[in-house]
Amino acid sequence: MAKRDAIEVEGTVIEPLPNTMFAVELENGHRVLAHISGKLRMNFIRILPGDRVRVELSPYDLTRGRITYRLK
Amino acid sequence: MVTRKSRSEIERMRRAGQVVAEVLDKIEAELRPGVSTAHLDALAEDHIRSVGGTPSFKGYPGINPKRPFPASVCISIDNEIVHGIPGQRTIQAGQIVSVDAGAIVDGWHGDAARTFYIGEPPARVAELIDLTRAAMLAGIAAAVPGNHIDDISAAVEAVADAAGLGIIRQFVGHGIGTEMHEEPQVPNYRTGRPGRKLEPGLCLAIEPMFTLGGYGTRIGPDDWTVVTADGSMAAHFEHSIAVTEDGPQILTVA
Repeated sequence: MAKRDAIEVEGTVIEPLPNTMFAVELENGHRVLAHISGKLRMNFIRILPGDRVRVELSPYDLTRGRITYRLK
Repeated sequence: MVTRKSRSEIERMRRAGQVVAEVLDKIEAELRPGVSTAHLDALAEDHIRSVGGTPSFKGYPGINPKRPFPASVCISIDNEIVHGIPGQRTIQAGQIVSVDAGAIVDGWHGDAARTFYIGEPPARVAELIDLTRAAMLAGIAAAVPGNHIDDISAAVEAVADAAGLGIIRQFVGHGIGTEMHEEPQVPNYRTGRPGRKLEPGLCLAIEPMFTLGGYGTRIGPDDWTVVTADGSMAAHFEHSIAVTEDGPQILTVA
């Protein structure tokens, strides 16, 4: 059975929220609530407003995502 | 999480894969105009249960939490790509029929699919089916230690590109083991990133889905059946494989 692809998109961090959540505006203009992947947290990569990030969205809930990468 | 399987675990996956291949063989032998897709499904479930296994698709959650997958195999016809639900519908001459089966045996998963044509296919349809299978085999051949996931993707993509076939992007191959869908994802197109490095013990389901049109998809009103957005015909082949020091080994063979 084929797996539904987790959708990956790029966006810009708008504001940091409590509990290491961030509001991220995607390239298509949508705003999502994104938490930060464990690996980024482990490596202590700071995410600041204005940073370009890669966000993985669940096909089941397109309003929430996971930041998997901070783009340079 | 990505897990690597030991030799003995791979042997147990081979047993599950064998059951899946037997299911597909049985269905292939029964495929003819007039046979109902529910009958093919019953055949699959009976065989899986007769060896003490469990059909892994039955009850699998989808986009609608209230409607898990209700059957043991997916039967997808013509413009349906994957996840077609068997039922009263009968097989007709001139159809492209994709059958996808999965079983859990002794806690381990096998997952495989084949596409058939009922009758003598027109040249372009024969090419679609042959090349989807060839792309799967090319992807498997690239699954050697030291390569990366993207090498598999590139091998599959090259076959489709050379013949101008559409590659489904929204559904991908996957890791397989004690779960049907494990990390990593195995896209059928190059993503521009190498992806995970392939190491012995990694088990993957490699499954190209090609069309005679574009890559757009829609999900039908049953919340499962994935059809091509442009109505074009689609084909799907899948094997579960293990990456080993001696190269890729296909697990889903009878």
